[in-house]
Amino acid sequence: MNKSKRMDQRLYPIATLLLAIVLWQMVVTLGGIPLYILPSPLDTVNALISDFGTIAGHVGMTLYESIIGFTLSILLAFVLGVMMDSFPIVKKSLYPILIVSQTIPTIALTPLFIVWFDFGLLPKVLIIIMVCFFPICISLVDGFEKVDKDYLNLFRTYKASKLQTFIHLKLPYALVNFFSGLKIAATYMIMAAIIGEWQGGTKGIGVYMVRAKNAYALDKVFGAILVIVIISVAFIYVINMIAKKTTHWK
Amino acid sequence: MQDRTLAGKANSAARECDALIRLDRISKSYGASEILKDIALHVGKGEFVSILGPSGSGKSTLFNIISGLVPADEGTVHVNGQIGYMQQKDLLLPWKTVLDNIVLALDLKGQDKKASRAKAEALIDRIGLRGYERKYPSELSGGMKQRASFLRTFLASGEIMLLDEPFGALDSITKSNMQTWLLEMQKALGITILFITHDIEEAILLSDRIYVLSSRPGVLKEELEVGFNRENKRERLVNPELLIMKEAIKGLL
Repeated sequence: MNKSKRMDQRLYPIATLLLAIVLWQMVVTLGGIPLYILPSPLDTVNALISDFGTIAGHVGMTLYESIIGFTLSILLAFVLGVMMDSFPIVKKSLYPILIVSQTIPTIALTPLFIVWFDFGLLPKVLIIIMVCFFPICISLVDGFEKVDKDYLNLFRTYKASKLQTFIHLKLPYALVNFFSGLKIAATYMIMAAIIGEWQGGTKGIGVYMVRAKNAYALDKVFGAILVIVIISVAFIYVINMIAKKTTHWK
Repeated sequence: MQDRTLAGKANSAARECDALIRLDRISKSYGASEILKDIALHVGKGEFVSILGPSGSGKSTLFNIISGLVPADEGTVHVNGQIGYMQQKDLLLPWKTVLDNIVLALDLKGQDKKASRAKAEALIDRIGLRGYERKYPSELSGGMKQRASFLRTFLASGEIMLLDEPFGALDSITKSNMQTWLLEMQKALGITILFITHDIEEAILLSDRIYVLSSRPGVLKEELEVGFNRENKRERLVNPELLIMKEAIKGLL
């Protein structure tokens, strides 16, 4: 792709976004809409700046939960993915259940988690795992399965062991798939943490949002949303960078 | 024509004793469909033998049986030496460099990494990939990939190579260059080659002997000895005997 084309790709969405923001500002200012109904973009940015210290503290907690949950999700997905690939019976038993389990509304379960595990870190981490584990695990398992049969035969003629076939063939082959699952999980990660925090807790951006909403400080709620968006985008960007480095042949 | 064939048969029978590959009464079915029936063939040391047949004649199945990937239903397989199997697809691993791909089989066997890389480096000029050792397969052309795949197969096996339509996916100019190159390689490295193709001209150009296979079930129709221009096979392309033989084979298929 040449440079001007790449510029184009960025320019159009940015221009559209700017236009939407200007329109939003005009509607709020000219229509005289009060802050407790809809804050303007300027109100949002102001709230973010004036309350930055508090927000940063809450965000720190949310990030902490998210990173623990995300790391555990990856580990769990790997362990289960490798098990399902190595032992067909594990896959046959678990794969359909995993798919169906995704129809369970996570939001409906979160209050129960609070009942069972109290208001601390554990329920939040569990919710993140519930949301993030699935896309990572499924993409990994599908990646293992997609390995070309001719490649597997090649490794058989070289008399490669199961472990060698895994390290030199299956794992790198599945890596591209794995990263696309990781990106999906990353978009859900912060959201899952916030859903957990809404149910109760003392710190976290979700807690901050509930408090701000209860005080009708919608500018702060919007400020928090803005922060969440920025963090999520930053996460996906980092994963993209790592993916590009690790799957350089793509 | 008929005379030459008979003479060829007599010749090859004499060489049969020092065969590196010998198949006897090989049959294979998948379910109700019979793929191969009563196949008997042999390949002597240093020979270039082709199996020529239309698609669906079970050529690849035959290779899978020889290389031990698939068991035969009936018959016996004797292989005297280590076999390398190269397919139409180059099957290079895109995440490994050209050099790492070439030594893959040696690495998997747990051989000394430095020694195997030195071995590959010594042969890299022959396959015309000097300067590409650290590149990735996606940066190579189709012909280069096949040459890298060839060297990998050679290092994995040594003396016997099964080549399953290795030039089938290449354009005709590249294909012609690769055929010349393969003949040079065979001479230089002293390898025995069993070659699958559905291209009659390719089979005549490259082979010492040709087995013609019919389709569904694959049965050996004829064994032909290519008797002309043995020393310089390239010259076969301008020898009218090639056309005569081509027509004769067409009649068989």
